[in-house]
Parts: sequence; structure tokens; C-alpha cells
Amino acid sequence: MFGFGILSGLIVLPLIGAAFILLLRGDDEATKRNARWAALITTFVTFALSIYAWQLFDTKSASFQLVEQMGWVNAGLSYKLGVDGISMPFVLLTTFLMPFCIAASWVSISNRVKEYMVAFLVLETLMIGVFCALDLVLFYVFFEAGLIPMFLIIGVWGGKRRIYASFKFFLYTLLGSLLMLLAIMAMYGVAGTTDITTLLKTSFPLSMQKWLWLAFFASFAVKMPMWPVHTWLPDAHVEAPTAGSVILAGILLKMGGYGFLRFSLPMFPDASQYFAPLVWTLSVVAIIYTSLVAMVQEDMKKLIAYSSVAHMGFVTMGLFAMNAQGVQGAIFQMVSHGLVSGALFLCVGVVYDRIHTRDIAAYGGLVQRMPIYAVVFMVFTMANVGLPGTSGFVGEFLTLLGVFNANSWVALFATTGVILSAAYALYLYRRIIFGVFDKPALQGIMDLDKREIAILAPLLVLTIYYGVHPGPILDACAASVDLLVKNYDAALAATKTAALAR
Amino acid sequence: MTSLSLALAHSLPEVTLALGALSLLMLGVFFAKDGRDWIISELAIVVLGLAFLQLFLGIGPKVVVWDGAFVDDTYGRFMKGLALIGSLVTLILSMDYMRREKIDQFEFPVLVLLATLGMLMLISAQNLMALYLGLELMSLALYVIAAFHRDNVRASEAGLKYFALGALSSGMMLYGASLLYGFAGTVSFEGLAAAIKGHATVGVVFGLVFVLAGLAFKMSVVPFHMWTPDVYEGAPTPVTAFFASAAKMAAVAITVRIIMTAFPGVTAQWQQIIIFIAILSMALGSFAAIGQTNIKRLMAYSSIGHMGFALVGLAAGTQQGVQGVLVYMAIYLVMTLGTFAGILSMRVGDTYVEKISDLSGLARTNGPMAFFLAAMMLSLAGIPPLAGFFAKWYVFNAAIQANLYPLAVIGVLSSVVACFYYLRIVKVMYFDEAAAKFARPSMAVSAVLMFASLLIVFFAFWPAPLDAAAAAAAKSLF
Repeated sequence: MFGFGILSGLIVLPLIGAAFILLLRGDDEATKRNARWAALITTFVTFALSIYAWQLFDTKSASFQLVEQMGWVNAGLSYKLGVDGISMPFVLLTTFLMPFCIAASWVSISNRVKEYMVAFLVLETLMIGVFCALDLVLFYVFFEAGLIPMFLIIGVWGGKRRIYASFKFFLYTLLGSLLMLLAIMAMYGVAGTTDITTLLKTSFPLSMQKWLWLAFFASFAVKMPMWPVHTWLPDAHVEAPTAGSVILAGILLKMGGYGFLRFSLPMFPDASQYFAPLVWTLSVVAIIYTSLVAMVQEDMKKLIAYSSVAHMGFVTMGLFAMNAQGVQGAIFQMVSHGLVSGALFLCVGVVYDRIHTRDIAAYGGLVQRMPIYAVVFMVFTMANVGLPGTSGFVGEFLTLLGVFNANSWVALFATTGVILSAAYALYLYRRIIFGVFDKPALQGIMDLDKREIAILAPLLVLTIYYGVHPGPILDACAASVDLLVKNYDAALAATKTAALAR
Repeated sequence: MTSLSLALAHSLPEVTLALGALSLLMLGVFFAKDGRDWIISELAIVVLGLAFLQLFLGIGPKVVVWDGAFVDDTYGRFMKGLALIGSLVTLILSMDYMRREKIDQFEFPVLVLLATLGMLMLISAQNLMALYLGLELMSLALYVIAAFHRDNVRASEAGLKYFALGALSSGMMLYGASLLYGFAGTVSFEGLAAAIKGHATVGVVFGLVFVLAGLAFKMSVVPFHMWTPDVYEGAPTPVTAFFASAAKMAAVAITVRIIMTAFPGVTAQWQQIIIFIAILSMALGSFAAIGQTNIKRLMAYSSIGHMGFALVGLAAGTQQGVQGVLVYMAIYLVMTLGTFAGILSMRVGDTYVEKISDLSGLARTNGPMAFFLAAMMLSLAGIPPLAGFFAKWYVFNAAIQANLYPLAVIGVLSSVVACFYYLRIVKVMYFDEAAAKFARPSMAVSAVLMFASLLIVFFAFWPAPLDAAAAAAAKSLF
């Protein structure tokens, strides 16, 4: 339509929903209900459209598909969208998780509902934009603009220390991103354009690559987040409302990994090779250290937040192994973590809505009154641990396999993280679900209602389905990952030849 | 065409403003009751609008008239357009305020017209004499309107301070101009460029430094910024808006013009000065604003910081850099006018308030206004997709292409610091408990705020026209 394609449709649809909600007048219950339904319907329609886009997508091709391009700022900066096997899973993950976020906020958010829904829909637009953008500046605009709605979501609907958390989140991420912006400008100077497809073919001089890599790393490492710049994440997670945590863990963290895949690895292959030991070291420290930190947390959300940092450690480790298993495993791990950690935050939200505390010590013996909840929570806990048969296993196994082929010592240390994750996750489960059921506040607690079951059931099914049948995701990205690895090896070989020739 | 009518044709906007100011003065003196505004403001707006439209009649990329004193080029027309928009919107914003504060004398619009005339002459100046003439015409009018609220101690202090420091800076500038004339033997910019090329004597460098000091004062950049917070806070708010918008446009325009046309031979010398003041301004603008509680004072520091950012583009010294400055100033103009429209909407009962805490919980009491102001603040902070981001993109991109990496890194770091206090205003409006509700602002003020915010928010959808216009304007300077 008007020269725009289906991806523009995905980007615009949530905005239309947001505009509609803004037009609603009044502040009574009926308006709130309308706003909720409008948001839910919008996210569903967006999801349906993304499924349609998925049908049009050819998984056998490694090139960018559904490409659309229009003039934007000037000759160098254009409005260009497209997806390949690396970005398509993330687009689907985004559109898939959004309806759950809206539904999870159905009851728990009761003030300023309209604004809340608008913030989420705008955020959806921006997240889809990040994964579809094929122009570096366009990518940056989406990437950075996402801070605004998230800042508001944490700051307006968050917990006690929401203001501290929202500022920390915003400024931390902004600092990293601005260095990346300077790197983007430097790349623009070399290539004369910010078209990603052109930049993928541009080879940057080695000395420049290192600086560019570091600048991009500053942004993506904060977003990921990698140890030691992860400290904003526990604060943001703890203070954000449930749906905010889901989006944060499910999608926003994945932007860092996506950035490594889309930019750092293919555009700066020599620098990536040079810095890979650094990334591995940081990843292993993250896996072991944050797992240990998770073990002593008193706050459920904080525990899951630290476990997220540890799981993202597997992702970065797998990415920089730079072989097909490692990269595919990393992508799978990101998708799986998006489902599992999102579900875990939803599970925490379930009891938080009832008792209004996230303190682990306030719970115990919930299995007595909430058997269904206990089952659901167990499946996601196991997936978080990486039990075979759940989606968590596939990602961890593939990344470990990939990194073992690249550097067995890294794999050795990282594997201890799997044990530690079992320790903190099971310990959490024991303290909440089992134990003596004697807390007075818990006596009247109700099991999952229909709405909550409807939210958690699809996630549960997918977690197990991808655990026993990981094919769909792996096949989707296989062609693109193969091309990425091939180009990467070719670039390294070329550098080596050039070095020998001198 | 004879040379006189040619010259008149090329300075049509200036002629219009001069005639308009004089006739409105007469009209006011003879017809306005008790010296009240009557319809002088409205007529002044018409005159400014007329002058703005006449800019589009301009033909040819560059014509020099009035014996080499005045140049009519695309660059000048671009900056004049910005200055005229600034003046016009200032008048629109001022009418309601002046009436409520009971200072709605007819002299105000006339002085604004005269100041604007000075700005246009300044922007088109092609030699040092014309530069000084335009600068003084602008400044003298500004001194008076800074103290226009003459029964108010703060305003009188602001006017006096501005006058004393302004006179000092004019003196420095004249001294620099005389040195330049002494060592180069000419006052024309092009003559200077030819004379200096290859003969960058100490005297020329001294002259350059003093001239830049005078201009830095008008742009309010560190280390000549001391007057800014006091004057911004003390002057009536519409006057502050005028200082922050139109006057800044003219000062930056002439600085860029004189550096690019008169001093290409001493690039190494002026470049280090500009880099130095850009870094200091960005840093001071970011750090000093953190502790402010008065929003006008905060905007003063913010404007110092923003001038620093704009000068990053100039420091690059390339055509791309000049284009960056032009884009930056255009977007900054919209942001400033919008923000001041927001400040003018801060009225509880009959009193205008200007504390940041007065904005508490605005999102609950007046959702649209909070949204518009938040857009302004985030845009000033340079967060995409708002227009302020693109402004920063242009200037920093120019600096990076000119290999000024340290400057660019310091720039982005200070913009993170600056982001903190812009975010704080968003926080106050959205996260805090509601304070007293604001009275309904006048239609004109709300319209300016809304229009400016929409421009800022939707700029990202269609940035190409500004890019093209600024590119053409920058090209005419080289």
C-alpha cells in the first residue's frame, strides 16, 4: 500500500491502536475496559500479521526478504526495512509476547490505564522496528526511542524505588548507545551510506574496526547486559510492573544479542576475533558470578533478573564462538529465554497480585492451595535450569557445544553455571512452593484463574514443544547463520593472507 | 535596474521592517490610548510575516549590494527566516503575558521590530562596519526590552547587567575590528580573507580573538555566558524567549559567516578557539543546570549547552559542518519557542510561576500539556525519534567526518549528563504527585506549544526538506 510493505504494516499497526486509545475520552471503568480491549485486539492483529509475514518468508534463503525502501533524510540515510533468518524469530517473539503483556496487566494496572496501554503499544512499534530496520540510523532511532516508553513504564507504574530504577535504566543505556552513535557516524564516513546491506559488504580497516567494535560493544553489552555493566537490570526488573519485566527480559535484552549478530560479528570480523577472549571471559564471569549472586537473593524478581544475566552470558559466549552451533544456539537461547523468563516473571506477578510482596520469605507451601500454579511454575523453573525436554536445554547445549569447539576451557567453566542455575532455581522453588504452609497471609490464596491459565498455557506448551522439537527455530535461522559464519571465516582468511603477503 | 533599486530589492525584508517599525511607532504615539498596546502588536506581527514572505522572493544564490556591505544569499535568507519566525512567535506569545502583567505598552512590539531589523542586517553583514551596525541596533533594542518590566527589581537588574556586560563586549569587538583593519587594511570580509591568506600575523590573530569574544557574548557561550542565567531569569518571559530564539539565530549566523568568509586563512587558529568554547559550553550547560530549581534559569544553562553543541558543527569547518549548524539552529528554534510557550502556560490563578516543582504531576492535571512539554524536554536531550536527535546527528557527524573525535566524545558524554535534568522535568510531570492546577493559557500560547511539539515529534517522518534547504544554504557560503 502506497509503496509500503508488510513490515511497515507491522510497525504502524500498534501505533494505530495507540492513537485510537488516545482518542478515548473519560476516566471511568468503561473507558479503561475499552482501552484494554483495544490494546489486546491491536496486539493480536499485529501478531496475526506477523504470522502472515512468516508465511511469506522463505527460510531457505539467506538474503533479506520483504525488503522495502523509501527516501528519508538524504541520499545516505533511507527508510529501509527487511528481515532475514536472524531477525525474523525476534519479530515473531515480540509480536507473540505482547498480547500476554497486555493480558497480564488486565487487573494489576488500574490507574492511568490508557497511558499504560499507549506506552506498551508504542514500545511494540519500536521493538519491531529495531529488528526490521535495514538502515543503521533507522535502527538507532528505534533502538534508542524504546527507552522513552520503558522509562515511563518503570517510572509511573513501578514499585517503591521506581524513580531511581528508571533513571538508572535510561542513563546507563543512553551512555552506551551514544558511543555507538559516534561509531555509526564514522562508518557513514567510510561507506557514504548507512544502508546495512551495503555496510555488510564494506570492509573496514583493522585499526578502525577495533574502535568501532568497542563502541558497538559499549552499547550492546549494556543492553544485553553483560557483567560488569549489568547492575541496571536487577533494579529495573524489580521496580518495573510485571508486564514491563516480561518485555525487558523477553525482548529488550535480546536487542543486545541481535546487535552483536547483525553488526559486530559480520561488520567487524577481525575485531570480533581479536576481542572474543574478552567476551568469553566476561560471559563466564557473568555465568558463574551472577548465578552465585542469584542464590542469595531475597527478592523473587531480583533472583530471576540475575538468572537472566547468567543466561545472557551463554548467549554472548555462543555468539563469539562463531561457528554454526554456537550462533544458532545463541539465537535459540535468546528465543527460549524470552519465553521462559517472561513466563517466570508472569508467575511472580501471579502471586504478587495476590499478596503484594516479592519477598521470598513471605511465601512457603503454596502447593497446598495452588496445585496448578505449582505445576506451571515447576515447568518454567526446569526450563530455566535447562532440563532436557524443555527449550532451555537446547540453547544451553548448543552454545556449550559451539564454544567447546572454539575453546574447551571456556566451555568447562561455563558448564558449572548450569549446575549453579539448578541450585538457585530449585532453591527458589523449594522455598516458595514447598515447605510449611503456615503464613497467615497465604491462607486464603486462590489458585490460577481462567485468565492466568490462558496466559501461561501457551507459553508452557511452547516451552515444551521447542524443547522436544527445536527444528522450527533452528531451521529458520540456519541459512542466514551459515552465510554469516561463511563470510566471517572468509574475512578472517583474507586478513591472514593480507598479513602474510606483507 | 539601477543600482539603488537593485539594492532595495535585495534588502526588501529589511526595508519593510524599517518602514514598518517607524510607522508603527508613529501610530502608537498618536493613536494608542495611554501608551497601551492597542493593535500595534498585531500589526507588528503582520509586518514580520510580510518580511518573512519577502524572503521567498530572493533570487540567485549570492548578490552583494550596498557597496559591498550587504550580501543577499541563500545562507542569509535561511537564517533570516529563522530569526523572523523567532520574532513573530515571540510577539504572539507576548500579547497575553504583557496584558496580564500590565506592561503592554506599544513600544514593545516596535522595539522587537527594531531588534529584528538589526538581526537581519547582522546576518547579511559583509564587512565589519555593517556587522557592528547590525549588532548594536539589535543589542540596544534588546537592552531596553530586557528591562521592560521597569517596576520589577529583577527585570531592571537584568536589563542593567545585560547592558553593562553588552557594552563591554561591544568594546572588545570594536577593538578586535580595529586591529583587523590595521593589519589587513580592509574591513570587507572577502578583503580580509585575501589579505590574511598566508600572512596570519599576531595582530590578525589578536583581532580574531577579540571579535570572536564579542560574538561569543551574544551567543552566550562559555566563558562569556555569565549574564545569561540572570537575564533569562529576570527578564519578562516572552523577552527571554526572544533572547533564546531570534537573537541566538542572528549571533550564530554572523559568527559562522565571518569565520567562513573572512578567516579561512587562519583555520588552525579559530578552530582551536571554537573547539575550546564548544567543549566548555557543553560541559557547563550540562553540569550547572543540574542544581537549578527555576525553569527559566534551567533553560538559560540549557541554551548555553545547546550553543556548545551547535558550535561542534562549526568547529568542523566544513560545508557539512555549516549545514549541521543550520539544521541545529532550525530545530533548536522550534524547541526553544515551544518550551517557552510551555513556561508561559505555567500560571496559577493570576500569577505566573516558574519553579520546576510547580510542574508536579502535570500529566494528571493537564495531560496534553505534559505530553507536549515532555516531547520538548526529550528532544532537547536529543533522544530519537524526536527532532533534537537529528540536530545532534548533523553536528556530531560533521565533527566525526572532520576527525574531531575527542570533541565528539566529550559532546556525547555531556549530553548524557544534560539528559539527566531534562529527564528530571519529565519525572516531575509524570511520576510526582499533582500540584496546583494551572489556569487555562491563552489560545495563542497553547497553539504555539502544540504546533512546536507536533513539529518536533513528526519531524522524523519527513526530515528531507530541512536537510535540502540547509544544504543549499550552506553551499552558498562556500
